[in-house]
Amino acid sequence: MQVAPSETVALNSYSPELRQQLFQYVLQLADTSLILGHRLSEWCGHGPILEQDLAMANIALDLLGETRSLYQYAAELEGQDRTEDDLAFLRLAVEYKNPLLVEQPNGDFGDTVARQFLFDNFHYHFLLQLKASPDERLAAIAEKAVKEAAYHLKWSSEWMIRLGDGTEESRQRLDKALGNLWRYSGELTTPTAAEKALQATGIIPDYAGLLPKMEAHLNHVFQEATLPVPQGVFMMTGGKEGRHTEHLGYILAELQYMQRTYPGMRW
Amino acid sequence: MTQSEWPLWEVFIRSKQGLDHKHVGSLHAADATMAIQNARDVYTRRLEGISIWVVESKHVHASNPDDAEAFYDPANDKVYRHPTFYQVPDSIKHM
Repeated sequence: MQVAPSETVALNSYSPELRQQLFQYVLQLADTSLILGHRLSEWCGHGPILEQDLAMANIALDLLGETRSLYQYAAELEGQDRTEDDLAFLRLAVEYKNPLLVEQPNGDFGDTVARQFLFDNFHYHFLLQLKASPDERLAAIAEKAVKEAAYHLKWSSEWMIRLGDGTEESRQRLDKALGNLWRYSGELTTPTAAEKALQATGIIPDYAGLLPKMEAHLNHVFQEATLPVPQGVFMMTGGKEGRHTEHLGYILAELQYMQRTYPGMRW
Repeated sequence: MTQSEWPLWEVFIRSKQGLDHKHVGSLHAADATMAIQNARDVYTRRLEGISIWVVESKHVHASNPDDAEAFYDPANDKVYRHPTFYQVPDSIKHM
């Protein structure tokens, strides 16, 4: 994404401290889309049917598109010489700020659908609010991404209902997937100290404001899927502060291999 | 896949306002909703369309190739059925 002149003004009007905070936050958003996009891309060529193979690859590409815009903006905010590729490929696992949910393994199709639904339900409602951010770059990125996220949520909601209200086996698998993944859903709307500071400036939305709509949609989908909404599960957090599950290291090993082995290599 | 193979659907896409839906291919889906979503993912990735129709392939009835002579050849020598004896005004598009 190119920087329009009016947007440069907004970026330069930030104090160095705010700029640093925003840099970290934009990195967190970029990491989130990168890791989930990478996970979905692992399905490419392995989908249960051709049509769903393509659907997941499409979603992966949408997320990677969003990732690029975010890393490019992050690189500008940092103002050092790092590029989007440096940020994506040359950081350590503890420096990645994605929530734990998106790094969880693909598992079977039910696991992937459950992970995607829990993320999409947050992502879509979050982007709807981010569109109104006074930060023009974030607003523009959200404006583009929210249309894609609307489709992602439609796709994953549809599959939640089909699998939940499907056969005995599809229901069991989805139930098991939710049993494993639900504990990572709370982190998405639990602000870290850094997020709270940014929410106080009004640049990013307050997650508490997203909850009613997220819950309404989730309840509707679970009802259609004839699934009970899990209750009283202890929510795991830490990913957004760099404390990850073991899975992230393996993802990065694969994702970063080329740049680590052949530094500066280009296609 | 076993006996639970999904039915086949034919996909029609309108590329822009004012044009017809054109047949673009087929795909498998469990029902019409899924067929439309699958068509979106399979056939509109490169800005091909603004509207999708799907119809289950079993509902398409086709003419028999063996009837080709009786069906189509009689039109061969009836040039007067073509509207080529009129001037089409320049402002008429998509003719």
